[in-house]
Amino acid sequence: MTEIFNITLLSIQVSAVATVISLLIGLPFGTWLALGKFRGRSFMLSIINTGMALPPVVVGLVVAMMLWRSGPLGGLRLIYTPIAIIIAQTVIAAPVVTGLTAAALEALDPRLQQQLLGLGASRRQMVWYLWREARLPLLAALMAGFGSVISEVGASMMVGGNIRGQTRVLTTAIVLETSKGEFGQALALSTLLLVLTYLINLALTWIQQRGARRS
Amino acid sequence: MTHLIEFTNFQIKRNERIVLDVPHLSIARAETLAVIGPNGAGKSTFLLALGRLLKPSRGDIVYDGKSLKHWDELEYRRKISFVFQAPLLMDMTVEQNVALGLKFRGAPRDEMHERAGKWMKQLGVAALAKRRAGELSGGEAQRVSLARAFVLDPELLLLDEPFSALDPPTRVKLMEDLSALLKEDHRTAVFVTHNLNEAARMSHRVAVFVDGMLRQVGPASQIKAQPADESVAAFLHELPREPMI
Repeated sequence: MTEIFNITLLSIQVSAVATVISLLIGLPFGTWLALGKFRGRSFMLSIINTGMALPPVVVGLVVAMMLWRSGPLGGLRLIYTPIAIIIAQTVIAAPVVTGLTAAALEALDPRLQQQLLGLGASRRQMVWYLWREARLPLLAALMAGFGSVISEVGASMMVGGNIRGQTRVLTTAIVLETSKGEFGQALALSTLLLVLTYLINLALTWIQQRGARRS
Repeated sequence: MTHLIEFTNFQIKRNERIVLDVPHLSIARAETLAVIGPNGAGKSTFLLALGRLLKPSRGDIVYDGKSLKHWDELEYRRKISFVFQAPLLMDMTVEQNVALGLKFRGAPRDEMHERAGKWMKQLGVAALAKRRAGELSGGEAQRVSLARAFVLDPELLLLDEPFSALDPPTRVKLMEDLSALLKEDHRTAVFVTHNLNEAARMSHRVAVFVDGMLRQVGPASQIKAQPADESVAAFLHELPREPMI
């Protein structure tokens, strides 16, 4: 029971940290892509949109090669640690948050920027109020980012190694139990993962809908 | 009247095409200038350039004796206030919308409340203070948009067809209110319109743009009587015969 609790806690911690880092990267980067006027913007958006569909196993492979002892970042000794899983999950979630942030801001009336500046907003105030205006789709971006990492297994398995008591998360534990033929245990863990995902999304949806009702 | 604004050899190009050409134009302090012209004539571009929201390809605007190039961007933008054709209200209450520009300037809460209250009352939207922007009619939203601009006590008010999306009775009432406010305040204002009668009623002078170029500036009566060239005459000829308001 303690082991399941620890696995669940690690799953939440790893995915939450990866989502927060993705938000810290994706929110400013997506804003820059949406509001910026520069050569190569469409190309960068197409790269980000492709990144939104990155296969987790490919991310796992690349991150594992980077963190492998003989790899360029091998000296950091991060392979098969929770930090390695966080790195891989961030690579998966950051394009999702970036792409959806850009889409959310591009959906706003483009004259809103001019109106805010015309009322004397500084550039920073303008961006803050555009985020505020797009808060519902931005929350959806956050939910999509979290959803993409809490449920992935390939990257976590490859860079975390599914080590008992250290890097085992719910998804990798489910794979292990299934491979052992312990379907009952795998089903129980799957149910736990589903309930957990549901509760987190329920909370975020509640915040989102409360915002929608107020608008 | 002294000049507040002066355009010199001002041009904006887009894809090598000149979209705005103002060889020379002065706007006096406390003057209301109407900007008129057919669709795509560069009226809104002119207003955005004046608001420093578009950069020139050539030339300069001198504001209060100093080139816009030498004004701090934010300091200059905080001297003006914009009202667009669409109200473009934020998803917040009417009072919060009206006080938004004051918030940008870091005004204390009490001052924001007091000044927003005064202008909501002046524009007849005080009863809607706690309503959210999405619940307002077009006329109410545009009044809120005007209150949001006036509350800032701007040196220069820029209005881009602020009444065009409204039904005629609301438009007439709002125009009368705005006209009275501008006269009472002696505020410098530039407003874009499609309607020459509206321009004649509300402004001291009218600037006519055709194909991005400033063709004529003068009192509405003079423009009607003596169009500067064929393009102005053709534009005036094509204007719908709207009754004087």
